[in-house]
Parts: sequence; structure tokens; C-alpha cells
Amino acid sequence: MEDKVIKQISLFAENKPGRLASVANKLKSAGINIRAFTIAESGDFGIIRMVVDRSDYAHSVLHDAGFTVSETSVLGIEMEDVPGSMSRIAEVFGEASINLDYAYAFVTREQKALLIVRVNEIEKAIKKLEENNIKLIGMKELEKI
Amino acid sequence: MPEYWDPEIETMPVEDLKKLQEEKLKKLVHYVYENSPFYRKRFDEHGVRPEDIRTLEDIRKLPFTFKQDLRDTYPTGMFCVPNSKLARFHASSGTTGKPTVVGYTHKDIDDWAESLARALTSVGVGKDDILQVSYGYGLFTGGLGAHYGSEKVGATVLPTSSGNTERQLELMKDLGTTAIACTPSYFLYMIEVARKEGINIRDDTKLTKGFFGAEPWSEELKKRIENESGIKAYDIYGTSELSGPLFTECEEQCGIHIWGDLFLVEILDPETGEPVPDGETGELVITTLAKEANPLIRYKIKDLTRKMSEPCKCGRTHPRITRISGRSDDMIIVRGINVFPGQVESVLMNIPEVGNHFMIIVDRIGPLDSMTVQIEMHESAFSDKMSDMMALKKKITSALKSVLNLAVNVELVEHGFLPRSEGKSKKVIDKRKI
Repeated sequence: MEDKVIKQISLFAENKPGRLASVANKLKSAGINIRAFTIAESGDFGIIRMVVDRSDYAHSVLHDAGFTVSETSVLGIEMEDVPGSMSRIAEVFGEASINLDYAYAFVTREQKALLIVRVNEIEKAIKKLEENNIKLIGMKELEKI
Repeated sequence: MPEYWDPEIETMPVEDLKKLQEEKLKKLVHYVYENSPFYRKRFDEHGVRPEDIRTLEDIRKLPFTFKQDLRDTYPTGMFCVPNSKLARFHASSGTTGKPTVVGYTHKDIDDWAESLARALTSVGVGKDDILQVSYGYGLFTGGLGAHYGSEKVGATVLPTSSGNTERQLELMKDLGTTAIACTPSYFLYMIEVARKEGINIRDDTKLTKGFFGAEPWSEELKKRIENESGIKAYDIYGTSELSGPLFTECEEQCGIHIWGDLFLVEILDPETGEPVPDGETGELVITTLAKEANPLIRYKIKDLTRKMSEPCKCGRTHPRITRISGRSDDMIIVRGINVFPGQVESVLMNIPEVGNHFMIIVDRIGPLDSMTVQIEMHESAFSDKMSDMMALKKKITSALKSVLNLAVNVELVEHGFLPRSEGKSKKVIDKRKI
């Protein structure tokens, strides 16, 4: 199962100028490359979520720098960059009664789209997606994107 | 290991102790009347003469003394002895006004050490112990007070003073410190620095006891300190005006023992000045029965506590007070509701997701007061799901609301955002006064 899962880095950040810069600076000096990135915000604070090329290393770098940080297992779903791809995936989740906690997507260099999702039942989600021949990107493949 | 430092005094029958107090009180009022122009004037103004004080109950005829009196008579106008008899001065920081100066004769210093020697013995600290004194040394009474007390019981003193935390931890480890005395907020900071340095206080040091005081702290914080460091935490009490740290809990951890042969305790209703029954919260008023240099008569400390008069399970007969729940002048009034920082601390320290640091910020937005509590959560409580974080905020908000009866804004802040303290910590920022 490990090879089907992506370890996402999540960070707690106060909503004030300069916080993102200090996170980005840490990653820059550690030579870590960000693959996908999003901020969920709620007034006084935000949750930064990102997928990076060396997740464990990034976690320890940020932790040692004093950030409140965690690693979460999410799924990286490869989609054809054509109309209807998202709809198909959403239907699979809907039929299997799998709930999405959050999702974000980006387009890769190979003209594919990558959807990152956190779901409530990750093993069930992997099984259902595979049954429907939907491709999951693991950590190894992600590093190559 | 002796169970008592001075068994005869410490376990004296209550009736005998009262007689002793009565004798000492009668002597004291004559002493201050004859030797301090300040007290003579104050007594005369109140129409009370030393002869009027015959029983312990007569203490209520005497006027109170306030911190302001020490300021008005700055520096030594209240003293009962000439300079030639003084062994030492201490002074307050003067952050809230003119500093207050307190003088000590050699006997005063010895009584101070005696009081702490009894206290240290009551928690089993003796000659085999190494006591690290991480209170500030100098004019602040914490450092030298704890220092002399631990020397008196024969413990080995490590006079680190406050600050330079990495080095303190290194010495604690290398020399085998068994007990520490500092402010609770400084010890919290030490735990944090130790963690960063890869030191686990529980496993990597010999520390088993801590004496924490000089600022109000809650029972819940005590439990946290004990859980996180594996030591026993004891409340230590004193004020610079009385003689710095003087009293602690005993091993039973059920109240701070006030040595009745040295100090007389009253707990009064802050508004009416009437004594409150045992077990009820009131303002602490202390009369020094043995001090020579500057005795204090019915000194209103403004600390809030409860009194327990029945003898302790440990066999000591002297009265005890519960931990200081706050200061009557620390109270903040937000939208007409009284809030004590200690209440907020009790609530927060009971929530496992909340970290060890918080700050209360009071402001006025338009015509309305607002109170915000900034909180550093435990790293383990952080979730990448916004709904979890909002649920945590809601949980903290409603816990505070149910105790304070006040709607409070809760702000989660990053770890390390709130100030750490090496001495007395500041828990409230009131922006309304600016």
C-alpha cells in the first residue's frame, strides 16, 4: 500500500505577513522542491499543505526550525487532462460513500492532471480506484514529476 | 533523614502556639511603637495603644499596613533599627512605582533561613541533596532566600540564578541536581529547552523535586509540570516585603505551612475587612512576629487564598494556606465580569491539546471590551483538517465561557510565538489603559 500513498506535509501558520516567506526560505535552503501547494485559511491562522520531493526530510527540517508540522497520507490520482476526468473520479468516490476531507489539483509536465485528496477511508479508496483502473501516483513517481 | 527541622516548634499543640503568638504579638506592638515613628503615628491616628493588645483577637484593633506605606516612607522610614544593626537590604524591582526597600538584621536573615529550613525538611530535602537555585540573585529575594535556606539544611547549593538555560541544564545533568527552585514559568521554559537539547529531565537527570513560586500558578499547571518532568512540584510562598520565599507545602501537598511562631495569618474579606471562615477565599494579611528591622503589622499583601487551621496529616500544627489563586489587584474586569488569570490557566491546563503557554489580551473595540486568549497548542494536537482545528478552537472557547461566564476569542498561535520567561511571567496585556 505504501507505494500508492503520498506523504503530504502540513504546517500550522499564523495569518500574518512574512510567515509563508519563512517557510519557503527553509525549504529553499534545504534544497527541497515543492510539487503541489495550497493554503486553507481561517482568519487568524492557516494550514499550509504541500507535496514535496523529499517529504521526510522536509518534515524534519521544518520541525527542527520550530514549526508545528505534520505528515499526512493523501492520495495522488492521475487524470487525463481532458473534460470529464474529475467527474469519473468523483463518481467512484460517491458510489463507494467515501468522503473527501479536502482536495487540490495541478497539471504536470506530461500534460496530465494530478488530483491530491485526503479521504476518510484511504484503503477502501485505493481499492475502489484500482478496481476502476484509475492510476495512483506514489511517492517514488512523484519525485520524478 | 529527619522528619522535622524543629519538632518542638513545628508540632507544638495549637493552644500553646496561640499562647506563644499572643506573647509575641504583645511584645511586637510595644517594639514597633517605641522604635518606629511611622507605626507610632499610625497607631496614634487610629487611637490604639500597645496596651490595648492583650489577646490574639485584639489584633483587629490594629491598623493595616500597605505596600504604599513602604513607598511613602522610602527608603527606610518604617525601620525599627538603625543602619548599624542592618545586615542586608533587598528591594523590589519598582516596575509598578517606586521600589520598596526591606532591611534585615542578622537575626532576620537567620529566621528567614530557619523558616525555609523547616519547609525544605518537610519535603525531605537535606544534606544529601543538591539544590539548584534558579531564582534571580541580587536585590530580588528569591535567589538568596532559597540559597540560605538550603545551606541551613545542609544541602549543596548550585547558585545558577536565572538565565543561561542551556548551561543550567548541563550543570543539572553533570552535577546531579536533585531539587530546583525557580518560577513555574521558568521551569516550563527549561523543560522546553531540555527537549530541544535532547535532554529528558525524567530520565537524564536526578531531579526529583521542584519549589515553584513568585508568581500565581494553578493546580493544573502543577500536574502538567509533574507529568512532563517526572518530578514532584511544591508550591513555595513568600513576598519581598515579608522576606522572599518562606513557606512551602509539605510532602502531603495539601496547603502551604505558615510558621505561626514567626508570622500571624489573617484571611479577610477584601471588601469588608472582616475575617472569612476557614476554607473560604479572602485576602491574605500577615503580621511578622519576629522581624527586627522592619516588622509589618497586618500587612495587606493582596494575594487571595484560603486558610486551613486544622493540623496537617504530617503532624505539623501550624496553619496552612491554599495556593494563591490570584491577586486582588490582578483581577481584570471585562464587560463588568471579574476575570482572574489563574482561572484562565486552570481551564487551559486541563485541556490536553493546549500547550504550556498562553496570553490574555484585553482591548476595547468601540464601546465594548474584548478578551482574546492566545494559545500555543501541542504539536500533537495539530491537524491538517480545518474542521479539526475549528473544533479545537470551539472546545477551548466553550470551556473558558463556562468558567468565566464570558465570551472569549481564542486565537491559536504558532509554537514559540508567546514570550518565555526566566523570572516572573506576564500573562495579561491590557491595551485599554494605553
